[in-house]
Amino acid sequence: MSDRPRSPAFYLLAAFFCLFVAFLYGPTLTILVLSFQGPQGGLTFPMNGVSTHWFGKLWAGLGIVDIWGALWRSLRLGVVVMGLTVGIAFFAGLAFRKRFRGEGALFTVAVASLIVPSIVVSLGIGLEFRLLDDAVNWAAAATGWGWLQEHGTLMGLYTSALGAHLTWTLPFGLLIMFAVFNRFDPAYEEAARDLGATGPQTLRYVVVPILGPSLVGVALFGFTLSFDELARTSQAIGGRNTLPLELQGLTTTVTTPEIYALGTLTTGMSLAVIATALGASLYLQRRRARTGLRLG
Amino acid sequence: MTDTALSAMPAAVNVPAAPASTTSLTAKTRRRRALAYLQAAPMALVFAVFFLVPLLLTLIVSFWEYNEYEIIPSFTVQNYFDVFEGCFSTAEACTTVRTYVSTLKFCVLTWACTLVIGFTVAYFVAFHVRSRTMQMALFLVCTIPFWTSNVIRMISWIPLLGRNGLVNDTLMGLGLIKAPIEGLLYSDFSVVLAFVHLNTVFMIVPIFNSMARIDRSLIEAAYDAGATGWQTLWNVVVPLAKPGIAIGSIFVVTLVMGDFVTVGVMGGQQIASVGKVIQVQMSALQLPAAAANAVILLGAVMLMIVAMTRLIDLRKEL
Repeated sequence: MSDRPRSPAFYLLAAFFCLFVAFLYGPTLTILVLSFQGPQGGLTFPMNGVSTHWFGKLWAGLGIVDIWGALWRSLRLGVVVMGLTVGIAFFAGLAFRKRFRGEGALFTVAVASLIVPSIVVSLGIGLEFRLLDDAVNWAAAATGWGWLQEHGTLMGLYTSALGAHLTWTLPFGLLIMFAVFNRFDPAYEEAARDLGATGPQTLRYVVVPILGPSLVGVALFGFTLSFDELARTSQAIGGRNTLPLELQGLTTTVTTPEIYALGTLTTGMSLAVIATALGASLYLQRRRARTGLRLG
Repeated sequence: MTDTALSAMPAAVNVPAAPASTTSLTAKTRRRRALAYLQAAPMALVFAVFFLVPLLLTLIVSFWEYNEYEIIPSFTVQNYFDVFEGCFSTAEACTTVRTYVSTLKFCVLTWACTLVIGFTVAYFVAFHVRSRTMQMALFLVCTIPFWTSNVIRMISWIPLLGRNGLVNDTLMGLGLIKAPIEGLLYSDFSVVLAFVHLNTVFMIVPIFNSMARIDRSLIEAAYDAGATGWQTLWNVVVPLAKPGIAIGSIFVVTLVMGDFVTVGVMGGQQIASVGKVIQVQMSALQLPAAAANAVILLGAVMLMIVAMTRLIDLRKEL
């Protein structure tokens, strides 16, 4: 097939692909340009001069909305979700290679968690924490213990919101681990074991280095999906919102290019994370290939 | 993860399996078993606490009573009656049915668009791009936006579709229209457009994955047997890409069915959807009503995907 000349279909499909890429990136590029709108400029073209005016306004804060606090919260949560996703998915992937009772059920639950509508998951977690709060209040009234009084709510960034994010990132992590382990040659582990390595040593010096690039991929999913997550967080966050939630609110209230500046900023951050992850993955692959050559 | 050079390696999942036929497990195997439980436990725990229990609570609370201040444990089916209020008495469609019809309409339109676009893009990358590096690069180009903020990607349609947006300006500049088209933004059109924009990636990835595993000699054989390009596409590629199509469809259908963010932002908070009804009831603290709606939505979505999951075994596809 590859030695045949290009068919007309190729050029048609290539054109379609280019159109699709334009569709995919065009709008984002538009707001990237418009975020450098002059001070007198509005939400649409034409550009009224070029300036960083709206970034300056954004830096000064968006009125009552604590946008930098929200960004900071989202970043911290993203990092925690990333770490937990990599760790939990990696070990679950290991467990699935060994077979255990209930593996079918766990797999089904993971897939279900991915495809149950986010609003339903969010509602459920919100309900769960409200009922927990009620239970704590009841216990406080019944026992009169001081440390139980006025606990506020258990709902929060590192409780309900973290859990909501994990129900979204872990299935992706697990599916990636399946794909990775399906292509992983167990002969490496057996060789390590034959040479006398213990289980943890095999993991540390054989499995993790070989799977490194893929684990970076899981980390990328963990962070970016958490950083942008909105639907599952919506009912499962306490009083202090994450950045996507604030953004959603701003779509109806902000009528200046400030919101584009914010869009450019967050998209830039996401792209930086993606580039770092891809770079790290490539670096690990190269290093693996190099070390492999030296050893071999 | 999409490196599909499956060098005919037998699924590693089965390799360290315990010899099940022996009467008593050796100590070593038993230790392996225990280790497997330990390694799977964190994931099981997370799903139990943040997925299974919440779903169960939703089901339970959907039978509770509520007033303006609190929810009251009891057993009533009133919430379900409320959802379908007026559905059986009058000839006109009730609110719930109308909302579901509207959501289903978005679902079907989005599904059709994402399927056609996703299949075409995946087909191009998998079969017409020859170097593997180029394939991976193009594949990445398609997936990178997936890792950026959805809300921002929705907002970014405003300068294009708005009343004085780029589309209207261009059309007026070309003299094709006299007055700006009003319904581009905050309409059914913009909602579907945003759905397609955000969700096509969920079609591309699984379909590309399925296509990448198709043995190239099958295509070659079809060509040698005199099949035209269309015949090869329809009789060889499409049947073999079906698992990917099914997985992508499940993703798109469930994402659209439960959505309230895209419909909210792109519909100018004016268009109803099932997810939005739940969200509004939740913020009005009508928790049992929201729970009943959620149970019904979940049932509807499950019905829709049962048919699709019957066709495939997801785990074989990875």
